[in-house]
Amino acid sequence: MELVLAIGIGVLIGSGVWLLFRPRTYQLIIGLSLIAYGVNLFIFSMGRLKVAAPPVLSSAGAVNPADYADPIPQALVLTAIVIGFATTALFLVVLLVSRGLTGSDHVDGREPS
Amino acid sequence: MDWAEHLVIVPILLPLITGAALLLIDERRHALKAAINVISTIALALVAIALLDFANTPTATNGPATKVYLLANWPAPFGIVLVLDRLAALMLVLTSMLAIAAIVYSLARWHRSGPHFHTLFQLLLMGVNGAFLTGDLFNLFVFFEVMLASSYGLMLHGSGQARVKAGLHYIVVNLAASSLFLIGVAMIYGVTGTLNMADLALRIPGVPASDRMLLDAGAGILGIAFLVKAGMWPLGFWLPTAYNAAAAPVAAIFAILSKVGVYVLLRLSPLLFGVEAGASSGFGDSWLLVGGMVTIAFGAIGVMASQAKGRLAGYYILVSSGTMLAAIGIANVSATAGALYYMVSSTLAISAFFLLIELIDRVQDPSAGVLAITLDAYGEDLEEEEAEEEIGVAIPSTLAILGISFAACGLLLAGLPPLSGFVGKFAILTALLNPDGLTEGGSLSPAIWTFVALLVISGLAAMISLTRAGIQAFWAPIEGIVPRVLLMEIAPIAFLLSLCVGLTIFGGPVMRYMDQTAQSLHAPHSYIRDVMSAPRVEAPAPEATAPEAPATKTPEVAP
Repeated sequence: MELVLAIGIGVLIGSGVWLLFRPRTYQLIIGLSLIAYGVNLFIFSMGRLKVAAPPVLSSAGAVNPADYADPIPQALVLTAIVIGFATTALFLVVLLVSRGLTGSDHVDGREPS
Repeated sequence: MDWAEHLVIVPILLPLITGAALLLIDERRHALKAAINVISTIALALVAIALLDFANTPTATNGPATKVYLLANWPAPFGIVLVLDRLAALMLVLTSMLAIAAIVYSLARWHRSGPHFHTLFQLLLMGVNGAFLTGDLFNLFVFFEVMLASSYGLMLHGSGQARVKAGLHYIVVNLAASSLFLIGVAMIYGVTGTLNMADLALRIPGVPASDRMLLDAGAGILGIAFLVKAGMWPLGFWLPTAYNAAAAPVAAIFAILSKVGVYVLLRLSPLLFGVEAGASSGFGDSWLLVGGMVTIAFGAIGVMASQAKGRLAGYYILVSSGTMLAAIGIANVSATAGALYYMVSSTLAISAFFLLIELIDRVQDPSAGVLAITLDAYGEDLEEEEAEEEIGVAIPSTLAILGISFAACGLLLAGLPPLSGFVGKFAILTALLNPDGLTEGGSLSPAIWTFVALLVISGLAAMISLTRAGIQAFWAPIEGIVPRVLLMEIAPIAFLLSLCVGLTIFGGPVMRYMDQTAQSLHAPHSYIRDVMSAPRVEAPAPEATAPEAPATKTPEVAP
């Protein structure tokens, strides 16, 4: 499971970084989204991987922490998703404005000659 | 619990509430929105000064006064804490001073050239203040994002093609840096199991050797994210372009943004990797020293090469950041104290310079270009035209006042006497040439000598470039166009420069404050102790309901 997750994160972030170096704004925003997904998975994995372990304690009384997943990375991912979503939306608006003002979706606002 | 206990959270809540309230007011009621914004900003400054006074008052135990505010009354390592100490209070006051100058300046014209300027401005203040006050790494990320999101909006304020293009690059660079920030935070959490800065400082010495590399990698990635914000070479290439494109009052308040990155390094480097951090002690210091010195060199070359004054100011920010980073890398108490003084002085001067540039550029090009763009983008409004006529009269001897302000900025940025730029640089140089333990018979390392040389040379570069720009601006137009400058526009510049004069006059007390700040930064025992032992507030009256809820809540989620 660890290997699959690590390869998944690596592919997501690697593709994202490659897209960041592309000259079109559309590729930039896809690249940033892929990086954000990879980072979110990475945060998630930092709470150690566990199968079928709830993050929320079910009852009062004596509990064994080993039976439960770490809730904090899940809370962090939740916040990071919301913030990443908001900033991506904001970037999308700027991208459209840039496209409207310059008539080109090149990151420098003009087509390479 | 009296009201003074809650003063710590006011610098975050007040801008948030004001910013939200301003959204409800119709966009056409400029005067009302502006009035609310100015009142709120001044109130913020008063709160910041009160907090500074509190932080500077010695406590009964004679230790540094640290005020810890437990959000939602969770005990320290589990919940988010706000921590006010001397450094945080200093940064709050600096921010609010820049904010007052920028907002008053923008009232002359800029605040009407795009929607929701006042809301974005207040939210930016909230993000910056939150970043200074928080004692939790992930909460720091949240406040960074609040700050960055509103800075994207402000950056594009006034629209225009150049601004959108520079803004696009600015946003992409900062979004990528935010991803690095998250990766770094996650790695540190994975190794230590905590996000509270004070708790981290306690746990880092005990990290097993097998995890040491992961911890250092996490701290390094986190550091890259802050260095992008602080503009260290080669991560600061975007900074001069972006700041040059931003509107004048926006650029003036942006002068604090690069200092937020510097602040975090200043806070975390001695706290997490100080002398007691075990095997990781001093991690990253040599990188900061070398990177800072390269940044100074790069900034000085940029200063010499720039023609546009906006870019010139952008490169001064790089020089200022580089000096700060190198001083943090030296990790010496008196060098840090000098650097703190230098940071306050240079930030005020750069902010004043950004405001001044726009006025000086009117000598050559009487603001037609800017007005054309804004009118083109937002349409002409008859009501606005009338309001424009009512604002004051052009003040006499404009050129003389502009010239004096320009010369003062030049002295401050180049670090020449009699203004505070000199005191700051002198304090750093004294600390470098006379470090603790090397007073007699000691020799200085080549790195220190390089730093000294770079400090002096960067001052020379600043002087040359400013003289050149000044000659072009004030001696060139023989036909003598006197620009139309309002009192409302020159007053903020005078305010910022007089603060620098005040820094010089009260150099002794200010320097003592900086010294105490640097001492508590480099000996963070009391910081850690105060945060970890902060008492919870007891409920005033016991309720009948069962207090079993905490287990289902997630304490680290930011509000």
